[in-house]
Amino acid sequence: MVLQRERRPIMARLSIADLQKIRDENKATFTLRKGDHKAKIIVHMGTCGIAAGARSIMTALIHEIALAGREDIVVKTSGCGGLCAREPMAVIELVDQTPVIYGDLNEEKITEIFREHIMGGNPVEKYGLALGGDALF
Amino acid sequence: MAPDPRGPGMELLFHLNPYSKKEEAMETAARTHAMLCGGTGCMASGTKQVKAALEEEFRKKGIGDEAKVVLSGCNGFCAKGPVMAVYPDETFYQDIRPGDVAGLVEEHFLKGRPYQKLSFKEHDKKIAIPSIHDIPFFKHQVLVVLKNKGLIDPERIEDYIMMDGYKALSRALTLMKPEEIVKVVADSGLRGRGGAGFPTGKKWELGLKIKSDEKYVVCNGDEGDPGAFMDRSVMESDPHAVIEGMILCGVATESHKGYIYVRAEYPLAVKRLQIAIDQCHEAGLLGSSILGTGFAFDLEIYQGAGAFVCGEATALMRSIEGKRGMPRPKLWRSAVKGLWDRPTILNNVETLANIPQIILNGAGWYRSLGTDESAGTKVFALTGDIANVGLVEVPMDTTLRKIIFDIGGGITKRGRKFKAVQLGGPSGGCIPEEFLDMRVTYEDIKKCGAIVGSGGMVVMDDSTCMVNTSKFFLDFTADESCGKCVPCRIGTKLMYDMLGDICEGRGKAGDIEILEDLSEDIINSSLCGLGQSAPTPVLSTIKYFRHEYEMHINNKWCPTGVCSDLCTFYIDEKLCKGCGACLRACPTTAVSGEKKKPHKINQDLCLHCRTCWESCKFNSIKILPAAARNAGEAEIEYLAGMINEAGKGSEARIM
Repeated sequence: MVLQRERRPIMARLSIADLQKIRDENKATFTLRKGDHKAKIIVHMGTCGIAAGARSIMTALIHEIALAGREDIVVKTSGCGGLCAREPMAVIELVDQTPVIYGDLNEEKITEIFREHIMGGNPVEKYGLALGGDALF
Repeated sequence: MAPDPRGPGMELLFHLNPYSKKEEAMETAARTHAMLCGGTGCMASGTKQVKAALEEEFRKKGIGDEAKVVLSGCNGFCAKGPVMAVYPDETFYQDIRPGDVAGLVEEHFLKGRPYQKLSFKEHDKKIAIPSIHDIPFFKHQVLVVLKNKGLIDPERIEDYIMMDGYKALSRALTLMKPEEIVKVVADSGLRGRGGAGFPTGKKWELGLKIKSDEKYVVCNGDEGDPGAFMDRSVMESDPHAVIEGMILCGVATESHKGYIYVRAEYPLAVKRLQIAIDQCHEAGLLGSSILGTGFAFDLEIYQGAGAFVCGEATALMRSIEGKRGMPRPKLWRSAVKGLWDRPTILNNVETLANIPQIILNGAGWYRSLGTDESAGTKVFALTGDIANVGLVEVPMDTTLRKIIFDIGGGITKRGRKFKAVQLGGPSGGCIPEEFLDMRVTYEDIKKCGAIVGSGGMVVMDDSTCMVNTSKFFLDFTADESCGKCVPCRIGTKLMYDMLGDICEGRGKAGDIEILEDLSEDIINSSLCGLGQSAPTPVLSTIKYFRHEYEMHINNKWCPTGVCSDLCTFYIDEKLCKGCGACLRACPTTAVSGEKKKPHKINQDLCLHCRTCWESCKFNSIKILPAAARNAGEAEIEYLAGMINEAGKGSEARIM
């Protein structure tokens, strides 16, 4: 049987240190699949959320995470939280801390929250709605 | 203006990772990964089309950069393919058709709600279980060999390395002496997962002790049991684990050359192993100086032509040598004189996939799973008449009941109940209900007449004829006997013919004893495991279901209606509601009757195919002995009444 081998970019010969380097570089994927994260952001993506601009919140978050080079943060979506008037909303859960729900977000606000709350560890009180998670699943 | 998600952050990632192309760096940043199962089973049910549909839909909805589709190895839940697990949400979807994809993407990926239509539902219940950790099939498993299943792309070496791959090898090459590796393996209590359960540590110890100019490491991937697919799934979903296990075996026994023997019927496994080997060559994980430490080891795949006997160690080695695959007398162990008369350490796929974990986590950790004699976990291929067909890995102290009913979901066909479980394929035996609380250790299973074998587990409900089942397995072994030993070559054929006679109504008194006698002769005078175990299915069914053999021989009656020459189908007028289900199902229009009035079967037209019996919801079709075909009404009614009374409505329970 003739094997159809996939052509791949040639990889350099590895040393033991290189193996660890590959592990570090793929940390983001590892975190994502193994559930081994330090922070979780849930963006409400119900019809109300999307209409209020949740999509741009999501895009801004992904941009911020890439910019910060953080690999231990996962971003999830959830449905309508039942408080449609205050959308777009997001919940930020740091490991070992009470989740914080933020409402009436826009790109500037979420960027500020990301830098203050996730990077700095201090919840941004002025945008906060409530404490406690509301993940649907 | 919205910031571009492919902005400076991505460049940073690309900069860090010199091995990835730019697109790959983009993919790494995806927010969510849809791990679509790319095992043989799911591929056959249309994974490729689903993948294309998913990617198209992501692009259409503008989230192509956020969501990434990854083809993983076998997820294990083969019954409901194609299956998919979405991370980081840890949501599971089954039975995905390209037509469902639009709804799935809209609900889950855009709106963040589990798409319940495709979620797992327990049999007969409507409640969806979206989370992969809540589904009983996954919840009760303990993953060691399959720890990467569904979490990595088997064709990407980076994914394996990311999951601590080749860490054990790094440790072994730099910090451990061969004796130390052998000691860890011996202390772990790992036993050969190919079936016989020989202690792996002992084998390696012998392999290390013997000095030779050349030694070989061989991986036995010639999995041939009907209903077994563990090794295939391991090779398909985590090929690097097998390779790492082999290199470790090479380090431990100071050998420098390895062969993986895979049957050519496993094209996907061969393809993925070859990709993995090529990647290892490129990355310097195979070759003259592994990881720059100076240790040399090389590996090649040998494709077997699919003879069952080549799964036997000595026949396998002859096959690699290019000779006809036949076993040789075991005057010496393969670890002394094997392939090309050189010391050869031969291990099963699953055994080798365990090794990296053992080196990494220590012998004590492995010992903590399972029992003292049977340590660790075992992968079983669960098939047959149960709800959740698939691949399961459990510690060896798990009971059969837990595997079959909790993980497998139990028997789901209406009105049927558990009858027996066949363990170990054509070399194994049938275990009846009373042993369901037995643990799946090598010792316990051997005690009741079966073997762990490679791990095939075929569950049978009470519509199965045990005589016919043992005939099926004998057919297989008679066919696969290599012919070297007369008792195996002719004996299995004789046994098969006898079973055929019994199933067709030519059984005579004393046949059971002859079968038992013949079995003993074949077991005692065959050279290899094939002959020595070929009669096991017959012996175990005689042991536990002797009455069924007796009914076939003495009463010319197959109470399950499987042996078509030994049954008569008869409709009990008192129970028949005249629903017409059997009338529609019958392929020869043998059933007649008016609506809402009892139906009748015309015995001259009946083929005894059992279709009507399976379609009846009221248990009104009775299976009588063949003699009832020409009997008068009164006689039939008398017989049916007798069966009713004895079996309380179920002819299968009369036995």
